Amino acid sequence: MNTAALKKASSVSLSRADCEDFLINEARLLDEARFDEWLALFTPEAHYWVPSEPNQKSPLDTVSLMYDDRRLLETRVRRLSSPKIYSQEPRSRTSRIVTNVTIESAVNGVTKVRSKFVMVEYRREEQRLFAGTYLHDLVLIDDAIRIAFKKVDLVNADAPMDGLVVPF
Amino acid sequence: MQAYSVDDLSSAVQPARVHRRLYTDPAIFELEMERIFGVAWLYVGHESQVRNPGDYFLTQVGRKAMVVTRDDTGKLRVLHNQCAHRGAMVVASDCGHAKEFQCVYHGWTYHLDGRLKAVPLNHGYPSDFDTKNPRTSMTQVPRVESYRGFIFISQAKDGQSLTDYLGHMATSIDDMIDRAPDGEIEMAGGVFRHAYNANWKLYLENLCDAAHPWFTHRSSIDAAQQQSDDVYSDGTGEIAIRQMRQNGAPYSFWENQVGIWTYPNGHSYLGDYHDDKKLVASMEDPLFRDYIGILEAKKGKDEVKRILEVRRWNSNLYPNLSFMSQFQQLRVVHPISVNRTVVNTYCFRLKGAPEQMFRNTISFANIVNGTGSLVLTDDLEIYNRIGIGLHSDGAEWIEVGRGYHSDVRDEFGGLKGKNSTSEVYIRNMFEAWRGYMLGDKAGAAQAMKESA
Repeated sequence: MNTAALKKASSVSLSRADCEDFLINEARLLDEARFDEWLALFTPEAHYWVPSEPNQKSPLDTVSLMYDDRRLLETRVRRLSSPKIYSQEPRSRTSRIVTNVTIESAVNGVTKVRSKFVMVEYRREEQRLFAGTYLHDLVLIDDAIRIAFKKVDLVNADAPMDGLVVPF
Repeated sequence: MQAYSVDDLSSAVQPARVHRRLYTDPAIFELEMERIFGVAWLYVGHESQVRNPGDYFLTQVGRKAMVVTRDDTGKLRVLHNQCAHRGAMVVASDCGHAKEFQCVYHGWTYHLDGRLKAVPLNHGYPSDFDTKNPRTSMTQVPRVESYRGFIFISQAKDGQSLTDYLGHMATSIDDMIDRAPDGEIEMAGGVFRHAYNANWKLYLENLCDAAHPWFTHRSSIDAAQQQSDDVYSDGTGEIAIRQMRQNGAPYSFWENQVGIWTYPNGHSYLGDYHDDKKLVASMEDPLFRDYIGILEAKKGKDEVKRILEVRRWNSNLYPNLSFMSQFQQLRVVHPISVNRTVVNTYCFRLKGAPEQMFRNTISFANIVNGTGSLVLTDDLEIYNRIGIGLHSDGAEWIEVGRGYHSDVRDEFGGLKGKNSTSEVYIRNMFEAWRGYMLGDKAGAAQAMKESA
């Protein structure tokens, strides 16, 4: 995020209701497979992180289920729209619930928001259940809330799992 | 369940095809657990996971729960994780350090080598009860050996030595370790544990398959090729995108330039297919230049030249291990049932190399071997499709004949495909399969010669 955006962001604090509305909308974009719109929620320098173990300290020296900078996140989203993404043939259907939203801190225009989620994924006659904690760093850029960082802690991060294609 | 005779098993593997039942029949799976996973040398872990006496970690060998430990004398032991009293799993933490192992049911306590140490209330047992009797120990796996830190076990009391089992493929392990400036590697960086609904054999069958990336990984190839490099990146995704683009090398390249080599006991390796000047080994990458400088200071220019001229992609050690030295990746196959498999994927650190190389190893793992990666998820989809497709009662035989009759001899006693996309390495695994299933190694070796 550039300095001008930070300055602008630092003067405004986000309310819990603002954050909750934002998270509900984000979940809806994902459930409706509007991945390009989801990608547009992220700042250019954002990272998206799904650790592979509970309490994982760093994405740099331990493997992650997903750890994308902006360029890789774009590639991930572009692949999701490819007609040749065979691991999404048929497409997954998902339903997410986001709740227990709390604001952890608000410093220098960065609002750290913690929430709980449940996601049901249905594909090829199998239903999977994922649950865990979202941690979002939210900022305000040109009056719109954007994600500067998103971490998804799955309760079963270290379990044997079938492939994960749809982002959380 | 169907009972299989020697003839049934033998005829199920033909020169260029195998019977569908080998992937779908629970009775075949039970035999495989007994005759392959119960006999063969199997990779169980790396010595860096049990550095000091008392260090241990749990693993699955076939479906058996085992604990790998280093005893008080420093010797490696692999024990069935089962109390000699009532059969409970004794060790419950995935890894750790212990002075002794204690079953929490009735307090039977074992030395690190599995011998019974103490039993509370032992007056209550019969008069001939003897803590020295092996019957009261945690059962040891009869053969545990390591090759340059890679720990293998065999549950057969006698048989081929580990060195004979590895044969020429030991050079792939050497390749991994030779690349470490300090001459040592360590397992690090966590683990991926992924699962699919299909047979365990499919996993190794895919890892040396040069014909599939161009099709199976099309979505990630296209997405990476269309991706602008101008978008902000802190370098995290760099390796991922370069690797995906490499998967899009022309089909003629896959066919003619990669190379596939196979060796006795079902082993094989795929040659390297990278020409991206920054991705793997290139003087155009400043990090790699630094690394070579460090390596040369320790080993000398000539030795480093020799080391870096070994360019292998995946090496498969049948039946449960695949690894690659260029990015220090290693996968272990765990059969769960005839139609369910779990694969554990690990990374290694080259000791003495720049730490950024290890971070690149992690980034590479995330994208190529990760459960949520843009690449491996398509492979898992293919295994699942095979798991479904094979249960359809259409074709009785699975064709593995690509390149058959054109395979050529290799100076180290193996066979290589004339073209890189030859299925020679699958045929080679099935010759090993037949050898194990019939308990007749000589027969398998003979069949391999005939198919040359």
